[in-house]
Amino acid sequence: MTGDVILQTRNLGKQYKQRWAVHHLNLEVHRGDVFGFLGPNGAGKSTTIRMLLSLIKPTEGDVFLFGYSLKKEREKALHSIGGIVEKPDFYLYLTANRNLEIVGALNGGTTRKRIFEVLELVGLAQRASDKVKTYSHGMKQRLGIAQALLSDPQLVILDEPTSGLDPQGMKEIRDLIRHLAHDQNKTVMLSSHLLNEVEMVANRMAIINRGEMVKQGEVTTLLDEGEKYVLVRGRPVAKLRSVLKKHKVVKKAVERGGAFEVTMSFEDVPTLNRSLIQNGIAVEALIPRRSLEDFFLSITENESKL
Amino acid sequence: MGRLIYFELIKTFLKKRTYIGFLLVAVVVPLIEVAMKLEGGRFIQITTRSLQQDFFFVGNLFNGWFVAYTMMNSLWVHIPFLISFVAGDQLAGEATAGTYRLILIKPVSRTRIFLSKYYTTAVYTVVFVAFLGVLSVGLALLLLGAGDLIVLARGILILPGDDVAWRFVVGYVLAAWTMLTIASLAFLFSSFVENAIGPIISTLGVNMIFLMVTVIPVEMFAKIRPYLYTNYMSVWQKVFEDPIPWADIGTSAAVLGGYSLAFVLAAWIIFHRKDILS
Repeated sequence: MTGDVILQTRNLGKQYKQRWAVHHLNLEVHRGDVFGFLGPNGAGKSTTIRMLLSLIKPTEGDVFLFGYSLKKEREKALHSIGGIVEKPDFYLYLTANRNLEIVGALNGGTTRKRIFEVLELVGLAQRASDKVKTYSHGMKQRLGIAQALLSDPQLVILDEPTSGLDPQGMKEIRDLIRHLAHDQNKTVMLSSHLLNEVEMVANRMAIINRGEMVKQGEVTTLLDEGEKYVLVRGRPVAKLRSVLKKHKVVKKAVERGGAFEVTMSFEDVPTLNRSLIQNGIAVEALIPRRSLEDFFLSITENESKL
Repeated sequence: MGRLIYFELIKTFLKKRTYIGFLLVAVVVPLIEVAMKLEGGRFIQITTRSLQQDFFFVGNLFNGWFVAYTMMNSLWVHIPFLISFVAGDQLAGEATAGTYRLILIKPVSRTRIFLSKYYTTAVYTVVFVAFLGVLSVGLALLLLGAGDLIVLARGILILPGDDVAWRFVVGYVLAAWTMLTIASLAFLFSSFVENAIGPIISTLGVNMIFLMVTVIPVEMFAKIRPYLYTNYMSVWQKVFEDPIPWADIGTSAAVLGGYSLAFVLAAWIIFHRKDILS
């Protein structure tokens, strides 16, 4: 269940010379959300997050955090927020403890007990007295989350928190995000360029591309939106075509590049698979696909070609 | 605010580069002063060679005060570099390290962060100049003892030994004030770049050009000179004149203060409006 809107952007935009990095962006994050902020590299996610956390001044529009305008009441607006922007950097020549003391002072003060609590939460309590320069990338990422949580904020903004981590590290961060949302009642906004990552942890999401909002809403609704189909590939192709044409579970089959996009219920995939095998077709692929996934892949691929 | 200043001081004084200046001074000052002691009175004979035909010097003028005064004059060119080394890193260092992203997203105004950083810069400047003064004067007195001070500036002035100590104290206070102007300039340059090398080189470059315009006796520079802070940097030397031109000292100190204020104000405007892209 999600509640009142605690983060809102109104026509937010940032222009660099002639180019709009972010344009007319209207985001809404509700209390209790794990909000995925999705977009390919260079879509404007980091610029948006930098504006949300007051590192960059918007060219147009405003950000409202807990009802406070970031433009007019910056300190009140940022009071209940913790965040990481891109890769977390620290004073490498100081210990984790000392770094968190500095962050604590900027938050208005903290206690040794609280520092220990957050370090324990991210699994760094044993390394608290070590200089940060001895930390691995994954440890710095976790220390970044620790500093974001130090003031016990209601909203935690994480910019690509799994970036550069190995699969185990990515899983740990995802587990930590779930723990924050479900056990500590935090609202989490995380940016990512990976749809499956957002799908795994988020309940609501927004997709941006070239600085503009593409879609926003419940993750399940957006993923179910539009057509679902199964990508079928097998040999011999002629026989496969013939079976698909006649099969009762198949609503529509479109041939594309040697494969078939078959509109059907995902629940009927085992039935179709059985029929194909019984008809002597060597099934190479049976992949359930959703249009959002394809759409996101297409914008991501377009970006990577640029 | 106190807590912010405390942690800025921690950040600065736990950084190794902060001590490079101290280390250099701790090596260079004893080296020169010991060398001067080993050379004996030869140094002062060279300095006063042209005057010895007209004057007869009585007593031991080659003493700790003279060496400390000479040191104060000779090291002065290098101290701005060591000051800008730390002052130029105060803001740019955060950009280089990426820690702006850590500190500027917190619910504390940029102005307070800025002021705590400038305060720390001022503390470093004062501590550094005090260290230079204590080491330079203390070691010189330890090696060569006290006596009358011969000042060779606009003619010859011999200040009695019991009238010198306080002049050094006031001289170094004014020197710290002067160096604060240099630190403020480095701080300004530090506010609009993302690498500490730039502010150091820029500060030294500006300082060098202004110093040249100030000291080279060319007519066309005469009109510009009053507008350059370097024209007032030798204010501390006036303490070793007799009578002391207090009005001149006050004017110079006020002008230097004005420059510092202008540099800091410009730095604040830049810092306040800066987009953090690093």
